[in-house]
Amino acid sequence: MKNFKRMIFTGLIMILVLAVAAACAQTTPAPDVEAPKETRFTMAGSTTVQPLAEILAETFMANNADVRVDVQGGGSSVGVKAAGQKTADIGMASREIKDSEFTEFPNINVIVLARDGIAIVTHPEVGVGDLTIEQIKGIFGGTITNWREVGGEDSSIIVVSREEGSGTRAAFEEMVLGEEVLITENAILQPSNGSIRTTVSTTTNSIGYISFGYLGGTMKSIRVEGVAPTEANASNGTYPLVRSLNLITFGEPTGELKVFIDFMLSPTGQQVVVDEGYLPVK
Amino acid sequence: MKEKSGRMIADQTVKYILFISAILSIIIVLAIAYFIFRESIQAWKEIGFTNIILKSVWRPGQDQYGILAMIVGSIAVTIGAIVLGVPLALGTAIFLGEIAPKGVQALLRPAVQLLAGIPSVVYGLFGMVVLVPIIRRINVPGNSGYGLLAASIVLAVMILPTITSIAEDAIRAVPDSYRSGSLALGATKWQTITKVVLPAGRSGIIAGIILGVGRALGETMAMIMVIGNSVKFPKPLTANPLTFYLSKARTLTGNIAVEISYATGIHESALFATGVVLFALIIIVNASARWFIKRQSSIPTTRQ
Amino acid sequence: MINNKSISTLHNDPESLKNLKIRSTTQNVWFSIMWLAGLVTLIILLLVIGYVIIQGGKALSWEFLTTPPRGGLSGEGGISTTLGTTVYLVALTLLIATPLGVGAAIYLIEYAGELGLTSPVMRVLISIANFAVETLAGIPSIIYGLFGYALFVSTLQFGWSLLSAALAGACLVLPTIIRTTEEALLTVPDDYRRGSLALGATKWQTLYKVVLPAAIPGIITGIILSVGRIISETAVFFVTLGGSHRLPSSIMDGGRTLALHLYYLAMDTNAFDKAMGTGAVLVILIILINLSINLISGKLTARIRGGK
Repeated sequence: MKNFKRMIFTGLIMILVLAVAAACAQTTPAPDVEAPKETRFTMAGSTTVQPLAEILAETFMANNADVRVDVQGGGSSVGVKAAGQKTADIGMASREIKDSEFTEFPNINVIVLARDGIAIVTHPEVGVGDLTIEQIKGIFGGTITNWREVGGEDSSIIVVSREEGSGTRAAFEEMVLGEEVLITENAILQPSNGSIRTTVSTTTNSIGYISFGYLGGTMKSIRVEGVAPTEANASNGTYPLVRSLNLITFGEPTGELKVFIDFMLSPTGQQVVVDEGYLPVK
Repeated sequence: MKEKSGRMIADQTVKYILFISAILSIIIVLAIAYFIFRESIQAWKEIGFTNIILKSVWRPGQDQYGILAMIVGSIAVTIGAIVLGVPLALGTAIFLGEIAPKGVQALLRPAVQLLAGIPSVVYGLFGMVVLVPIIRRINVPGNSGYGLLAASIVLAVMILPTITSIAEDAIRAVPDSYRSGSLALGATKWQTITKVVLPAGRSGIIAGIILGVGRALGETMAMIMVIGNSVKFPKPLTANPLTFYLSKARTLTGNIAVEISYATGIHESALFATGVVLFALIIIVNASARWFIKRQSSIPTTRQ
Repeated sequence: MINNKSISTLHNDPESLKNLKIRSTTQNVWFSIMWLAGLVTLIILLLVIGYVIIQGGKALSWEFLTTPPRGGLSGEGGISTTLGTTVYLVALTLLIATPLGVGAAIYLIEYAGELGLTSPVMRVLISIANFAVETLAGIPSIIYGLFGYALFVSTLQFGWSLLSAALAGACLVLPTIIRTTEEALLTVPDDYRRGSLALGATKWQTLYKVVLPAAIPGIITGIILSVGRIISETAVFFVTLGGSHRLPSSIMDGGRTLALHLYYLAMDTNAFDKAMGTGAVLVILIILINLSINLISGKLTARIRGGK
């Protein structure tokens, strides 16, 4: 019987140790900072903007020890909602804010953080390097189904797209497909830039679209109307597919929050944007 | 005497505290049902029940929210997983329960447990990088590798431990006297297994399969990664009906997980409605499993 | 065991010998198939685990385990903060779920029976509670995610935090803890209870001093199973824990568990190698957890055999 009592004790001690560890973690940051008043901001929303925001926050915190910024994910809609309901100080969205959202949250304020090009990519073995907007429209709309029709080999095209509601997809539809053409029902749908990259780089005869930040690896990027998807071409306006990444606040930002947002838009902040592979705001 | 009544009061207090934890599960189930349903009311009202359940066009941009294609996708992939997974799972269960030597059991049983513990993201990644390229080699026009077949195979592996362990329990619950009786009558060991043990453990085995169905219907992350997530109603790619399983599809769970982070308003509500349908399906499946388990009565019941 | 020789001496006629031969051939064929089934299961496991560990092993190093992730598209850095967050979340979830789960199991096994037919309302309530536990066990994690988001994150305004995630996670593991504790309680022989009650102990004293200690290994198994479940869960925490790569400093902070980090790395960064490395760490953790469960349940069965 003693043995089992010992086991209870061991169990209890284990839980206690964990609890103490957790409690310690709560208190440790306090001694580090002289002033007990730590300003905290939460950013939440688009997982496309999240990696960029993480680096911006780290850079800002390196020079402002009394500020702590937590960057959460959730998705663009969550970002808008979080800012509108004040559950986060800054929302992030990789798409335009919808009219319905402005109606629901009339106080939200939208700030363009960066711009991002959308590249058309294919599996490396696809023998086509150049497409016009019309051809891309045909491929994603489902009227062009064989690479032969656009100067490639005789094999059927596998279309890879983001899911409905994605910021990247919304921007792609707006800039390429227009109002009347819908993305073909045959498309493989993937929930993130990363999974688009994995799908396109491993699926022969596939074509997809992806944020500039994810280019590279074993994908082939396509010239659109003869223009290569590079940051230079996007900045000088020759590359046509560019969208904005947005921050959303509840009303105009004030105080420390304004300092942080101004930092992100400052030359230092915008240099981070460029280093991460996005385009600065003009 | 005084000390004794103090102990009795403590005894009663503890009893009430324990009672509250016991009915907490009821409260949680009701809370889940309430919150999922509350968020979906807007969709049921504005789109209408039949337009959601019986229409197969899902285009949130055009305000069309039919989930029939996803219901079919979920059912098709579950059937696929059952067809592929059940023979293997039952074979493994029979092997573990009746045939395998002690040493092999000691190796295989933890292996089955481990299969159950592997995170579904890992299965998804494996399916995406290893399985999909192999399936792509099947030379049928329009076959991308992603689709019901890849999803069924991944799912078959994922439900294997559930079915195996419950079926093995059912097999082991069959009294040894049944076996010795059959062997004494001159039956071989295999005849004893098929004619005596399996029929006696039937309810438990069926319950295991049904719980496997529940697990299959509920799987999310791995499905997203291999099924293609197309909103199209799945159809055979050629005249051969078997190519149905090469077509891309989307499951109810995938529909929620893929779009929830982008959805607002009625779109979000429609995703919660998808959750309600999934919830209802799971409840039906689990209730029927419970019915079979009760017949087997191998699950712990209250002490009488 | 009955061997073929003894049967053949009983039945000497060629007809039944032939029949026996056919039957035993059939048996051999089927037994081989069953062996094959077992083998295939084992191979599948080795394939999946081997693939992840070999692919992810390249990224593994002491540095990888001890540096925090830097964030950003490149996915640079290690996984230290995500390990920390995982530990916090596991601890907090179990702190909530263990007392509730163990308490529920004790009531359902030890108290519910004694109500007997005296109170039909209670009987119905208990059978509904049993049904509820099974329902909870079968509910897909995506539904827990939707629920946790709607209740804890939005309605109760806990936001993305360890608290929201732990509450949703507690609902998720509750049935596991209840079921394993129930099984452990059922294996405690009734003699223990009668003996203690006969000595004048109250029911709770009996439970606390006699029955629970005997059931501890089973309860610990349930807790370790729950640890595994929390470590490998993605869908629930994706919508309740936020996903900040920093270490949370209070239970109201969000964070990122290992599995969530794997999901982010694979889906939203360029660091596929680091994703596989994280996957390898996850799989190794799960293997360790399974080993410890087997150790404990091995001890448990040894005790039951040797105990009486």
